[in-house]
Amino acid sequence: MTAATQTGGIAAPRKRRRNVPGIALYAFLTFMAIVWLVPLAWAVYTALRPFADTQQRGYISLPGSLTLDNFLTAWSQGEFALHFASTLIVTVPAVIVTLLVASMIAFAVSRFSWRFNLVVLLIFVAGNLLPPQVLIVPLFKIYTAIKGVPEPLSDNGLLYDQFFGVFLINVVFQVGFCVLVLSNYMKTLSHELTEAALVDGASVLRIWGAVIMPLCRPALAALATLEFTFIYNDFFWALLLIKTGDRRPITSALNNLQGQFFTNTNLLAAGALLAAVPTILVFMALQRYFISGLSLGATKG
Amino acid sequence: MTGASVGSAPQTGARAATGRVRRHYSLLTGTDKLVLALMVGIPLVFDLALIWGPTVGSFLISFTNWNGIGSPFDAKVIGTKNYESLFTAYPFFWPALSHNIIWLAWLMFVATPLGILFAVLLDRVARGSRIYQTIFYLPVVLSLAVIGIIWSLQYAPEQGLINNILGRTANDNLIDWLGNPTLNIWAALVAASWRHVGYIMVIYLAGLKAFDPTLREAAKVDGANERQTFFRVVFPVMMPINVVIVVITTIEALRAFDIAYIINHGKNGLELLSTLITNNGISESNRLGFASSIAVVLLVISLVPIVAFLSRMMREERR
Repeated sequence: MTAATQTGGIAAPRKRRRNVPGIALYAFLTFMAIVWLVPLAWAVYTALRPFADTQQRGYISLPGSLTLDNFLTAWSQGEFALHFASTLIVTVPAVIVTLLVASMIAFAVSRFSWRFNLVVLLIFVAGNLLPPQVLIVPLFKIYTAIKGVPEPLSDNGLLYDQFFGVFLINVVFQVGFCVLVLSNYMKTLSHELTEAALVDGASVLRIWGAVIMPLCRPALAALATLEFTFIYNDFFWALLLIKTGDRRPITSALNNLQGQFFTNTNLLAAGALLAAVPTILVFMALQRYFISGLSLGATKG
Repeated sequence: MTGASVGSAPQTGARAATGRVRRHYSLLTGTDKLVLALMVGIPLVFDLALIWGPTVGSFLISFTNWNGIGSPFDAKVIGTKNYESLFTAYPFFWPALSHNIIWLAWLMFVATPLGILFAVLLDRVARGSRIYQTIFYLPVVLSLAVIGIIWSLQYAPEQGLINNILGRTANDNLIDWLGNPTLNIWAALVAASWRHVGYIMVIYLAGLKAFDPTLREAAKVDGANERQTFFRVVFPVMMPINVVIVVITTIEALRAFDIAYIINHGKNGLELLSTLITNNGISESNRLGFASSIAVVLLVISLVPIVAFLSRMMREERR
């Protein structure tokens, strides 16, 4: 009783006092939100205007006309269909394999007691934290030196200049992050689950596939969303490990596009936005997974 | 959010369970043990071959004059010559290092605090928080290459938004944001912050949501104002998240590459350790030994946040 009246007594004046700061708070946030949106809005506006229109009226001006022509031109001249296909070939298998491999490692180190559990975990996690530039020079040499990579994976026998090579380094690099998140998640699952299944005679492979993986669905969904954007957005690996311009996934192909559309800002804006569309769509549809995925990585471990 | 609460709750049970875990192990058949060994062993081989092997490789190659032709084992060992010429003769090393330090300082003392501020404010907002979050987070899903191009559009000397707003588009007064070697690093940092702020905001907000509200109430009852409550109660309790944020910020600063590369391939005022490595070791010349010595400098600096993160992980693991 007393507690209720007490909080009521405190809350009333606070509400009155909060009014002015409340407005200031919303004003500040709204201002910042507008500042945050301006660069993107400017890019969209530039992309929607024909080059001739901006040449004639200047970039800061009301539009003579707005069309999607720049997007169509950027798509065909920038060979977007080709680059999106490369992205698909690298990204989709990479996300799936990363999650499968990471879930197995996390399963082995978090559900069972081994002598080297912690060391293994640290090796994978630390590998993910290294700046890629630290290892790129020897990696580049390994990619050009290893010969005899079989046909469906490589058409020149090397890892260099191949989708498979970029897929491989993305998987190896990203596994560390997923192991960290998944092992934290699996530690929260009851140990009786594994024990009961083992007593019933289930194999570890079955426990992984039929018991643990289904329970990890929320973490896997969050990681799939995050990893899709991480690998889709990779610029560095594909830039250095794929030589043939036509083969580069869309993000690293932007480097060539910039040179190609240098003289036509409107076209460049359209190209950059086209490349951003898939990640923006995924974000809009699956926003909560992004947030829970990042929090899983940060709040534990 | 869900992860934070799910993750932290049954922590106390872990130690009690250890005994039981040991017994699991004895329940395993030989096949089971083999399967588990392969589950860890195969990825470990790849991880060692493609990440740790090359990292050690950079270290070893940095003491040779290897030019990339033939085997690195045939290259001449020249001791610390690469490092000597890096520190004393190479004109871009100290500028690149200072650019990395500026990058780090800016992210740490401008962008990251702004992200924390956004998180703290959004945590207090009753309505519309979701819309603001979406807007601030949006740049985080864009690739740094796309961000580099979007910001080039803002910075363009004659056609860009910024110079047009400032009225500095005439030939005699235009500001060349990306071409001027003293300005372009700051221009790049603004672009990088556009993404970094949202990233930090989301992580911090998740921590704040998991924050025990009774602590804040108690502080209020004791007469603390909002600022005191944050700095004396919330911030210290959030220490684990603060560590993660410092680590993330440091690693982001050391990895900085994409934006600088999109703007001008990391030259003319935008030299970074990362771009020096690729320019010397891969793109333009074949000074692999020399490039590796830069990689080692970057590695040594990177080990500071990595070790900080790992030691925190180990502490939690033991608990």
